[in-house]
Amino acid sequence: MTDNAIVVQGLAKRFGEVVALDGIDFQVPAGSVFGLLGPNGAGKTTAIRILTTILRPDGGHAEVLGLDVVRHADEVRYLIGLAGQYAAIDPNLTGRENLRLTGRLAQMPTADARTRADELLERFQLSDAGDRPARTYSGGMRRRLDVAAALVQRPPVVFLDEPTTGLDIYSRNALWEMIRELVAEGTTVLLTTQYLEEADRLAHRIAVVDGGRVIANDTPAALKAQLGSTVIELGMSEDARAARAGELLAQRLDANPERDGATVRLTSDDGSRLLMDVLRLLDDQDLAPATLAVREPSMDDVFLALTGHRAEAETAANGARRGRRGARARGAA
Amino acid sequence: MTTATTTTVAPGTRRVARSPLRPVRDALAVAGRNLIAYRRVPQLVVFSTIQPVIFVVLFRYVFGGAVRSIPGVPYVDYLIPGIFVQTTVFGAIGSAVGLATDMKSGLLERFRSLPMARSAVLAGRTLADLARNVFVVALMAAVGFAVGFRVHTGALAFFVAMGLVLLFGYTLSWVFATVGLAVGDPETAQAAAFPVMAPLVFASSAFVPVASMPGWLQPFAEHQPVSVTASAVRALVIGGPTTSYLVQSVAWCAAILLVFAPIAVQRYRRTV
Repeated sequence: MTDNAIVVQGLAKRFGEVVALDGIDFQVPAGSVFGLLGPNGAGKTTAIRILTTILRPDGGHAEVLGLDVVRHADEVRYLIGLAGQYAAIDPNLTGRENLRLTGRLAQMPTADARTRADELLERFQLSDAGDRPARTYSGGMRRRLDVAAALVQRPPVVFLDEPTTGLDIYSRNALWEMIRELVAEGTTVLLTTQYLEEADRLAHRIAVVDGGRVIANDTPAALKAQLGSTVIELGMSEDARAARAGELLAQRLDANPERDGATVRLTSDDGSRLLMDVLRLLDDQDLAPATLAVREPSMDDVFLALTGHRAEAETAANGARRGRRGARARGAA
Repeated sequence: MTTATTTTVAPGTRRVARSPLRPVRDALAVAGRNLIAYRRVPQLVVFSTIQPVIFVVLFRYVFGGAVRSIPGVPYVDYLIPGIFVQTTVFGAIGSAVGLATDMKSGLLERFRSLPMARSAVLAGRTLADLARNVFVVALMAAVGFAVGFRVHTGALAFFVAMGLVLLFGYTLSWVFATVGLAVGDPETAQAAAFPVMAPLVFASSAFVPVASMPGWLQPFAEHQPVSVTASAVRALVIGGPTTSYLVQSVAWCAAILLVFAPIAVQRYRRTV
C-alpha cells in the first residue's frame, strides 16, 4: 500500500473529436485536500467522473486507495463519496428520504442508514427541513443536502466537483468549514474549483489543469509566489492613455505592467507600496486612472502567469463533452 | 466494524454482506423511491388516474353511440378491454419521462458512483411502473363496472386478462425506458414518446373494430401489439376464440422485451 489515497497516471479520455483529458498525472496523499483548478472545459469533471467509476478512461491508469477504478470499480464505490456539479438529489423525496435512500444503496443496513441520515441533517443544519420534499429547498440547502449525501457511507475519499459554485458567501464559508472538519477526521478530499481563492484556502496541493493537461502542480503558497500577492488594475479612459501609462510604469518601477485594451495590470508582493508609487507617477504625468482595483490574484492571473494566455472557458453546451479550449487571443502590451 | 468484502473500508461504517440479494434489495429501494413520486407529484397522479377515467367517460358516453362494434355485445364491453391496454401505453410514458428526469438532474450519476447493483435503476423503474399499473388497472376495472361493463366469462378468465394487461404494460416500460435514456431530457422524452404511442393506440382495435378502418391500414391495425393484446383481453372477458390472440400478444411481449431490455441496459451503462 502507498500513502497516496489517489494515484492518477497518464489518464486520457476523448469524446469523439474532443480531447477531454490528454494524459494527466497527479497523486493525492491520504488525509489531504487536493484541488484541481481550471476553467470550464479543462477536464476537471471528466477526471472526477473517471475516478468515481462513472466513466471509463481511454488510456492511463487511476487508483483509489490502491484499487484500480476500472478493474475494481465495485470495490472503489464502497470507499468514495461524490457531490457532482449539479445537486444530484431527488426533488420529490424529503431530505431525510434522500439520505436514507443513498445509505441503503451504499449497502448500509437500514437502521444505520436511518441514524446516519439524522446525523447528517443535524450536521448540515437541515434538521428542520428534513421532512419537506427537497424541491422546496433553496439552492444552498440543495447543495448542502447533496454534499451530505456524498458523506452518508462515511467514505474515506470524497470527490467534490465545484462544491461552492452558485452558493452565497454564508453557505460557501459553512461548506469550507465542513471540508476542513472532514480532513481533520482523516478523510481525503479531491475538489475542483474555478476559484484560486477556494483552492488556496482549502487545498494542500493544487494541480492547475488546462486543455486536459496538468500545467502546474504545487502548493498554493508556491503557486502564488510566482504571481505576487496583490494585483493592481488601472482602468484608463482610453487605450492610448493606457499605453502611455504602461510605458511609464515599466520604465520607472520595478514591476512588469501588462496592458489589455484600456486596462493596465501590475502584480506585486508589496501591494500598498507599489500602489502609492503607481498613483504618484501617474498623477505627475496627468494620467490619473478612471477606475482602480486592488485585489488578490485570481485563477485568471494564474493562467496568465503559467501559460501566457487568459483562461477562457469554452462555452460548451454539454458539461460532459467539454474539451480543449479553442483559439485564444490576447492583446497585452 | 464488520465488512464483508474489502479490507479497506471506512472506519465506523457497517455494511450488509454483498449477497446475491443485492440486486433485489437495490431494485426495491429504487422502486420505492419512484413510487413516492407518484404520490407527491400532482401531474403524475392526474396522468395515471384521472386521464384514463376521462377516456372511459368520453368513449362510453360521447363517441360510443357512433361506434358499431361486435353485434350482440354492448359497446361498453368492447371498450373497457381496450381502455385497459390504452391506459398502460399512456402510463408507460412515465418511464421515459422519469428516467430522462433522473438523467438530467445528475441523480443517475450519483447512483453510478454508489456500490449498488447495476441493474437496480432500470429494474426499480420498471417495477415501480408495474406497481402503478396494478393500481391503475384496478381503478379502471372499478370505473368500468360502474359504467356498465360486465364480464361474460368467469373470474379466472378476467384475472388472466388483467395479468396479460400488466405483462404488456411491463413490456412497454422497457421500450419507453429506452426512449427516456436515449433522449435524456424530460420534455423531449414526452415529445418523443407521443409519435411512438399515438399510432399504436389509435390505429388499433382498442376503441373501434379494425374492420371499420381503411383497407391499407387494416393489416397494421390487425396485427400490432396493442390490437392483439386488446383483442386477447376482450376474448378473455367476452368469450369466443381466445388462444390465437393470447399467443400473439405474449409473443409480442417476449419479442419486445428481448429487443428492448438489452438496449435499455446497454444505454444505461453508457449514460452519464
